[in-house]
Order: sequence, then C-alpha cells, then structure tokens
Amino acid sequence: MPQTEAADLVGRVQDKDMEAFRELHTRFAENICGAINAVVRDPMLAEELCQDVFVTVWEKAGQYNASKGRVFTWLLNIARNRAIDHLRSRNYKRQKQNLHTENFVDTENEAVELPEESHPLAEKLGLYLQGLTEKCRQIIQLIYFRGYSQKAIAEELDIPLGTVKTRNRDCLGRLRKNMETANGPG
Amino acid sequence: MDLDKYIASGILELYVAGQLSERENREIAALAEAHPRVREEIEAIEATVRGLSSAYAAGRKPDFAPLQSRLAKPSRVRPLWPAYSGWAAAVVVGAASVYFYVQNRDLQSQLQRQELMRGALEEQIANTEDSLKEANRLLEALGERSIQVVPLQGQTVAPEAYARAYWNREDTRLYIDARGLPEPPPGMVYQVWSLTLDPLTPVSLGLLEDFAADADKIFALQNPNASEAFGITLEPAGGSATPTLEQLYTLGTVPS
Repeated sequence: MPQTEAADLVGRVQDKDMEAFRELHTRFAENICGAINAVVRDPMLAEELCQDVFVTVWEKAGQYNASKGRVFTWLLNIARNRAIDHLRSRNYKRQKQNLHTENFVDTENEAVELPEESHPLAEKLGLYLQGLTEKCRQIIQLIYFRGYSQKAIAEELDIPLGTVKTRNRDCLGRLRKNMETANGPG
Repeated sequence: MDLDKYIASGILELYVAGQLSERENREIAALAEAHPRVREEIEAIEATVRGLSSAYAAGRKPDFAPLQSRLAKPSRVRPLWPAYSGWAAAVVVGAASVYFYVQNRDLQSQLQRQELMRGALEEQIANTEDSLKEANRLLEALGERSIQVVPLQGQTVAPEAYARAYWNREDTRLYIDARGLPEPPPGMVYQVWSLTLDPLTPVSLGLLEDFAADADKIFALQNPNASEAFGITLEPAGGSATPTLEQLYTLGTVPS
C-alpha cells in the first residue's frame, strides 16, 4: 500500500473516522498481529495484544508524522513495545516464582526451527526462511520484531558493528527472493 | 547522490525497521518523494517484512468487530461524568487546599530552622577564619630565623610532662607550646618563669590562663630578660610571686 494512502488513513483516524480505522485495520492487522506473535509465540495472546495496539493507534493517531517513518514502521514500533512489555512483565512474574528464564534468542531459534507444519501459512514461513543462515534469521528477528539497535545486535550475535547494516540487507534480500519463489512472481 | 550506493548501504532496511532518528526519517521520506527508485526499494523492503510478519500470524485473520466494541465501551460510561465531576472537583480542590496548607506550614518552620542553622554556620565559619589567621600568624612567628627553641623536660612531680619555648630575643616574644602538659586541676594555673642561674633568680613571665579552653595550647608571652633557663610551675589561681619548686613541672636551659 502506498505510504501516502496509509498516512491519509491515519490522518482520518485522528479525526475519529471509524471507516478509515476499519480500513487501516484491514490492511495492517495481519502483519501487526503476526509481528507480535513472532515475539510472544501464542496466537490467542498475540491477538489480544494486537487489539491493544490498535486501541493505542485509535487514541494516538495524532502523534503520527513523517518523522516516525512509514505508517507500517510506526505500527510495528507500537506492536513491538506492547509485545516486549508483555514479555517483561511475564518474565518478572516468572523470576518471582524463581523459575528459570531462558535467553530470548535461544527460544526464538527453536520456534523458527519448528514451524507448525500443519498450517499452510506456517509452511510458508518455513519456505520463506529456507536457506537463510542462523545469523540471518536472528538478525531479522532482532531488528524487526525485537527492535534491537545495531550495537545490541553486534554484541548479542558477536559480529562486527559495521557489518550489521549490510548483513541485514543481504538477509532480507534472500528472504525477498524466497518469497518471490514461494508466492510466484508479482 | 549515488543512489545505488545509498540503497546498497542497508539504510533503507533500517528505515523500515524504525531504527533511525527522526531527522533521518524525514530525510528519507523526502528522498523517497524525489526518487521513485528509493520509494520502490522502500516499498519492496516493507512488503518483505510484512510478508514475514503475516507468516507468523499463522493464518489467523484478526477481526475488527471486537476491537470496535472495545472502543465503544467508554462512551457508554461518559454520561455519568457531568453529574459527579463538580463534586469530584470540589473534593479534589478541598483536599489540595488542606494539603498545601499543611505543606506551607511545614515549609515555614523548616525555613526558620534553616535560618537558625545558617546563623550558627556563619558564626562557625567566622571562628574558623579567626583561628586560621591566628595559626598562620603563629606559624610565621615560629618560623622566623631569629627564634630560639628551648625544650622543657618533665620534672619529678610530672616526669611525663614536656613543653617547648620559642623565644625571639630581638623582639622579646616568647611562645610556650604547652600541649605536653596535663590539664591543671581546678583552682590551679601554670606559671612560666624566666631563670638566671648564678645566682638562681626567677622572674615571672605570666600565666597559661584558660588552659583547658585553649585549642592549640600555644601561649604568647613577653620575655625581655636575659634568660638562661625557663621553668613552668603549677600555682594557685592568679599565680605566685615566687615559684613553688615542689610543683615544678618542666624545666629547660637556653642553649648559649
């Protein structure tokens, strides 16, 4: 969807235009709920948090402008914060119960390795990520769904800071090719 | 601008991720408007990330209806507001007034305490300044070339006691460092004597008054005599005409 059109929708949501809001939801909800599920790994919970995100969008549409980046980027940012807030509070509860908390990235990789084969879209995820190195999967996960800075990624994955940006580009390029193959051209 | 190089740098991927500053975001938005290639690249990146996100949604299509009903809820509560808001405001203002009154009173008394403390501190500073000046003056005096140092050793009645005399013959000043003397018993005072030895002639140089209260225990006296020795005796308050030799605490001869 062209950015100008999406930005227009957000502008109308700011004026409490319910139809524009419905349109925005139709266009982005699946992406946003998916991005949250990529973090929390619980589709029911992801839907609930996703609803929170759109309530925030309804209330704070006035805060959006070009300095926040693309509309999708703005939505992704709100979603990320919501998902990570949730994880933090959950981890906090876990720690209070003296249970072991695993490293995020480790749980992440397990989940990426084990898509639900039964579902056609989970199958798709497997096709998309096919052939991507472990590092690539991690970089994409950390940058887009976790909001890690380049510096944090370099430290987490033990790679030189200067290479994070171009590596990410290469990894996304590979992902793009996989998607084209999986979905057919166009 | 070399667009190929710019696109290859990976900055547009970071732009879609939301990793750039507000300034950079504006710059890229402007660049995308000016250059279709940049815009197309951004859209392709966004499509890739959105495709991946959707794949994580595992086919669940989020429904708008529950969201809409959630947004509608607060408006049903709204009509109650005007009826109670006046009272609520009155209660809030009342509570706030009491709170601020108490706060103000506390601050007033706190301020008074601070004022008192400030006065005390100012006095303390003045006192410290005075004693520092005094100490510097003393240090200067004791450092003069013409000053003679006479150690006074403890005698039978107080073997542990000691003192030092600093004597400037030229201007007749005499300083007694009495830090090594015990505090005199109530009603008693140390008296300093100048002695010439043959025959033994004592001349009183003065008393070490307010001994306990004196912080540095250095006493300034005058000594115009041709002293050969100095002695310190313990005498009844006000001093004596001749030294009580049984109460001779310290004694030292002036090196010739």
